Amino acid sequence: MSNITTNTAEGKMVSSSDKQPLVSIQNLRVWFELRRFGFGHAGWVRAVDGVSFDLAAGEAIAVVGESGCGKSSLMKSILGLYKPTEGDILFDGTKMSEYDRAKMRWYHSRVGYIQQDPYGALPPFMTVARILEEPLIVAGIKDKAEREQRILKAMEEVKLTPQEDFLPKFPHMLSGGQQQRVVIARAMIMEPKLLVADEPVSMLDASVRVEILKLLRNLQENHHLSVIYITHDLATVSYFSERIFVMYAGKLVEKAKVQQLLHNALHPYTHALLAATSDPDADNATRFRDVPPGEPPSLVKPPTGCRFHPRCPKAIAGLCEKEDPPEFEPEPGHLVACWLYKE
Amino acid sequence: MPKHQKLLQIKNLTLHFRTQKGDVQAVDGVDFELDYNRAVVILGESGCGKSSLAKAILRLLPRNVSKYAGSIIFEGNDVMQLSDEEYRQNVRWVAMSLVPQAAMNALNPVIRVGDQVAEPAVVHLGLSKTEALQPALKMFRHVGVPDDFIDRYPFELSGGMRQRVAIAMALVTSPGLIILDEPTSALDVLTQANIFNVLKRIKQELGTSFILITHDIATSSELADDVAVMYAGQIVEVSDARRFFHEPLHPYSQKLMASVPRLRQEKDPEFITGQPPSLINPPKGCRFAARCPKRFAKCDEEPPVIEQDGRKVKCWLYA
Repeated sequence: MSNITTNTAEGKMVSSSDKQPLVSIQNLRVWFELRRFGFGHAGWVRAVDGVSFDLAAGEAIAVVGESGCGKSSLMKSILGLYKPTEGDILFDGTKMSEYDRAKMRWYHSRVGYIQQDPYGALPPFMTVARILEEPLIVAGIKDKAEREQRILKAMEEVKLTPQEDFLPKFPHMLSGGQQQRVVIARAMIMEPKLLVADEPVSMLDASVRVEILKLLRNLQENHHLSVIYITHDLATVSYFSERIFVMYAGKLVEKAKVQQLLHNALHPYTHALLAATSDPDADNATRFRDVPPGEPPSLVKPPTGCRFHPRCPKAIAGLCEKEDPPEFEPEPGHLVACWLYKE
Repeated sequence: MPKHQKLLQIKNLTLHFRTQKGDVQAVDGVDFELDYNRAVVILGESGCGKSSLAKAILRLLPRNVSKYAGSIIFEGNDVMQLSDEEYRQNVRWVAMSLVPQAAMNALNPVIRVGDQVAEPAVVHLGLSKTEALQPALKMFRHVGVPDDFIDRYPFELSGGMRQRVAIAMALVTSPGLIILDEPTSALDVLTQANIFNVLKRIKQELGTSFILITHDIATSSELADDVAVMYAGQIVEVSDARRFFHEPLHPYSQKLMASVPRLRQEKDPEFITGQPPSLINPPKGCRFAARCPKRFAKCDEEPPVIEQDGRKVKCWLYA
């Protein structure tokens, strides 16, 4: 299945290779219509509003943003659960908007989804064996021995061993960390190319978080997986991804490699996020944190111009509230949508 | 306010729950002290009994309690001796109040937030409904909620604003102590930082003391004067925050600190292998021994609490 040749928009035959991005998101817009009394148009929620990026095979990226910034809508569009209003998502060079049902089913087997709350994501009435078998049955693998083989292999990979101990258990009999391993095993069982992880460790204890993240890192390296982390925790993702995208009110405002972002953040919103993230330090208790005033804007009527300008300490009067900033590239590979870097 | 006297002294506090499989020793012989205008952080993983500790201090007990003992001395009075009714009238929400976990989602959706914040003042201070709006408004200002929000309903407020409302509700009777159970765990980074700014300001302006219960070590440092680490129903280390964040003593605290991802340091976080023991039949001796990298023969016996330069640690390594 991995060697797919397909027609691109130009009608040229292109074979999938590592040079071509695994996922390419092009000017994606996901808008939801607001209706009044069930009918009659009442506006749009612009959850994702012009997002573009490429994800290489084997690369891990993190999308960082506050709740309500549209990161879940972005994630669900990538999973094929929401239909983009505009723009397109290319997977392995093929346009997702042109997929028929069979192709969509194939796509879903190429993408693994790791949910935020493992307990909520696992059906309480199914055993671990049944939970892991389900995707294989859906994919039409008839041979029971093969299904068993793949279940055991997936459990081995997420270190749920000895497998016989865990197979007959129900989710409530497992600890939070073990539940999350089952969720990861389920996402890995179809041997996907891409993992989408929605806050994979935010429900877990501090002592197991790192364990789960290291497990994901190993899977990524061993299987040459691409991973998209969706999170609001900058401190954690910095260890486990190559690039970080900062999202604010439906747009990506800064895209950079981890080290660039941590040591040379450019966008004022990224500065605010970094300044608000604490490291354990007794001095924290004696000083107030610098937090921008206000709250993220409504996505129904976002501010004109730069969406961060009403809260931005460095807003340029006469420019930022009028014109939407395009992406500038002040250093190679470091993109920022902010008028401060116009040059 | 007599200086020699502590605000709160907890001695040998025990809370066990009855279940079908046996007694869960959720809080097992906890000691700690808290001074006026100080904040202590209770750090621990889920299931270590830290929320039960909050319930035990406020005597908000479920029905299946099998053992509730020890002493809670608040401003010199042992409140454990009071009857439930006396406790309700004189202690809960009057002397100390609680911001429960996920409080922002627990507001009544059909009552205006102003009335909800005023309610403790009506019930505990005997004010009339209109009189009680005065202290409510005052507390709204302290927590940074605009005045006109007093007439709004919870659904009209963002998560951060609702959390502030929950804090205002705990403050409205001007208690000396507020217990915060995971006050920011469901909030975004910027909102978290904002809420901690609010708590710091309340501490400065009103002289309130705090018990902050959390598993988030990094943000706990935003408020902590002292740190108490809880493991499997027991407090294993009590220390001032400065020395704790720099150099924790107990092996569990050391492991916990090493597991924190840091933004400003290039050190790979570690994890703790194994799982906390069941609280139904906790192991004899040190409860952390099974996961401890430094365990030795002595650890099979119950470790004593050792005092070292004003810090306390329950570990044989320091005996």
